[in-house]
Amino acid sequence: MGDHSDPAEYGPLKLHIPEPAVRPGDAPDFSNVVIPKAGQVARPEVNADPESMRDLAYSIIRVLNRDGEAVGPWAGLLSDEELLEGLRHMMTLRTFDTRMLMAQRQGKTSFYMQHMGEEAVSCAFRKALRPGDMNFPTYRQAGLLIAAGYPLVHMMCQIYSNELDPLKGRQMPVLYSSKEHGFFSVSGNLATQYIQAVGWAMASAIKNDSKIAAGWIGDGSTAESDFHAALVFASTYKPPVVLNIVNNQWAISTFQGIARGGSGTFAARGLGFGIPALRVDGNDYLAVHAVAKWAIERARRNLGPTLIEHVTYRVGAHSSSDDPSAYRPKTESDAWPLGDPVIRLKNHLIVRGAWSEERHKQAEAEVLDAVIAAQKEAESHGTLHAGGKPSARDVFEGVYATMPPHLRRQRQQAGV
Amino acid sequence: MPRKTMIEAVREAMDVMMGRDDDVVVFGEDVGFFGGVFRATQGLQAKYGKSRCFDAPISELGIVGAAVGMAAYGLRPCVEVQFADYMYPAYDQIVSEAARLRYRSNGQFSCPLVIRMPTGGGIFGGQTHSQSPEALFTHVSGLKTVVPSNPSDAKGLLISAIEDPDPVIFLEPKRLYNGPFDGHHERPITPWTKHELGDVADGYYTVPLGKSVVRREGAAVTVLAYGTMVHVAMAAAADTEVDAEIIDLRTLLPLDLEAIEASVRKTGRCVVIHEATLTSGFGAELSALVQETCFYHLEAPIMRVAGWDTPYPHAQEWDYFPGPARVGRALLETVEL
Ligand SMILES: Cc1ncc(C[n+]2csc(CCOP(=O)(O)OP(=O)(O)O)c2C)c(N)n1
Ligand SMILES: [Mg+2]
Repeated sequence: MGDHSDPAEYGPLKLHIPEPAVRPGDAPDFSNVVIPKAGQVARPEVNADPESMRDLAYSIIRVLNRDGEAVGPWAGLLSDEELLEGLRHMMTLRTFDTRMLMAQRQGKTSFYMQHMGEEAVSCAFRKALRPGDMNFPTYRQAGLLIAAGYPLVHMMCQIYSNELDPLKGRQMPVLYSSKEHGFFSVSGNLATQYIQAVGWAMASAIKNDSKIAAGWIGDGSTAESDFHAALVFASTYKPPVVLNIVNNQWAISTFQGIARGGSGTFAARGLGFGIPALRVDGNDYLAVHAVAKWAIERARRNLGPTLIEHVTYRVGAHSSSDDPSAYRPKTESDAWPLGDPVIRLKNHLIVRGAWSEERHKQAEAEVLDAVIAAQKEAESHGTLHAGGKPSARDVFEGVYATMPPHLRRQRQQAGV
Repeated sequence: MPRKTMIEAVREAMDVMMGRDDDVVVFGEDVGFFGGVFRATQGLQAKYGKSRCFDAPISELGIVGAAVGMAAYGLRPCVEVQFADYMYPAYDQIVSEAARLRYRSNGQFSCPLVIRMPTGGGIFGGQTHSQSPEALFTHVSGLKTVVPSNPSDAKGLLISAIEDPDPVIFLEPKRLYNGPFDGHHERPITPWTKHELGDVADGYYTVPLGKSVVRREGAAVTVLAYGTMVHVAMAAAADTEVDAEIIDLRTLLPLDLEAIEASVRKTGRCVVIHEATLTSGFGAELSALVQETCFYHLEAPIMRVAGWDTPYPHAQEWDYFPGPARVGRALLETVEL
């Protein structure tokens, strides 16, 4: 032992701290993000041996090419009508975000979180699910609600914490819940719900049901132990669950390299657990939908869990409390090599002959009208600091199924 | 003396200690390049280098567990948990590891570690940005728990915490970061520049752990408070004109029982207040101690004013917050008994 302890032999140890390629003031640089050509990645059979598809964790499944065509083995699943509907969902989500962010700036609510650049992920995934399936979302998957037909007015009433807020003013804005729409109550504590998705799927298997679950987590949050617990349970019990990682490159000010560490990709985390792991172009509506469908079919056929890394980019600030210019170049999002999901789908529909610039402009106006109409209706029931609001009694209700005596006493003390 | 915000005071404490002692390291989520979501560590990475101040993966368990390992090695980590509401993943590391390392190794290993976390409500943060979990720490043998109420104390207490040989939980009431919030949310915000406790001396100084301070002398009733509630108590005393003696505990454990006893023996009455939920809160401990040590001097039952036993709601924040009206009512009731 002693003869190997000479510090001069290897030099002193140094701590390794990963750093993003660029910081504010530098020119954006995504040369380290390897983007395979659309259509290049093979589509294995859903029942293929997970060992045979390990390379899917290191590539990116893409359908839409630069010319707006849908190419390769993952293409061809969606009709014009379905794609037009998808486009409308994404446009609605984007417009909704713009209006709600503005409402937050106007003091109509306390806080907001937008999806800019990531609209395809939740909107396309939702369309591959069936009624009865359950999502365990984070705060950045409102597309799951919009694509499931949840009324915008309900969402806005939640954001405004007004008299019609389905959650009675108890939750911060955007932490929605709608069991009916397959949208589990969003916690606010990161990663906690990933393992719950696995548990929900285990329950479906225990009861010999046909429902599946989808877990959602951000790149940064995969560092939490809950993520790893979810993979262990999913690996062991092989329940019908799709585990989604939305890699939007940032976790507030922290670049994805801090959570990813020495692993090549986030998807590769699944390989050690024997879980099929795919990376998909998260800004490609068709690719997200195709991969979701593939994974959901595996789940439904009792073939077990799938891990999906959606490669995308958080174009906006983390939240209404954040200013990204302090930690990343202002023009970084323009340099993001996977483009904009709305524009890419729009171009594809034009190439298909199902859409035009003119109809798109018209659709933009229609979507804006619909969102403004919903906003007017929601605001007629109050905003955070004005008009109709939930009752102070709602503070005490719902802690338990039946209010225990000590809470009843406290409610009386509060005089409500 | 220069006036500073509580964020600046906390930052200066870390800056001073990082300058004095190479073993002090600072890390947490968004803490490195960006300087923390509340900007408490802004500039420290640029000044002391990336291996002294750095970003951590989003794993509170990882942050505290790694800090325990570093502390056992001989460093003095001062880590940030972004909000106290997110400390639960780290709880096992705090309770079973940091708190007991000295005891179970009979002093072979120790854990000179500080865990900073913003606490309390008042910013419309809902149930995941508002909690006050101090009682979950004071219940654990081996931990010290500190709650400053102003910039001047915050700096001196944090320096003491970093120098302390044992693990210290340092709870920062986030509503006090920019000013002495007294619960009158309808009034304009007062900045620390307008408050004498915003006076923060440059350089090194300490405020000892385990020592309380009397914020307002009075004869009619003793109020035991800490953090934001110190200012609420001051407002309640002013609003009701009750001659209250307001004690700012500053450290919950070790507790300055001597000062509490002396005051309650003098006033014969006691009101205990905190923002955390009532049941099994730290107020229960205070109330028990006052009863045990001052029973024959008490002229009225000890009253507690606290957060209701519900999760912290978003929209009804001010129905929930134990503000000056509720505290004032308790003061009047206690002195009239
Ligand atoms: C347990 C826990 N720790 C910390 C936070 C604070 N926080 C909220 S969002 C966030 C970043 C999450 O990043 P990522 O997982 O990449 O998701 P994104 O916001 O990019 O969608 C952090 C640290 C939290 N909500 N919960
Ligand atoms: Mg992210």
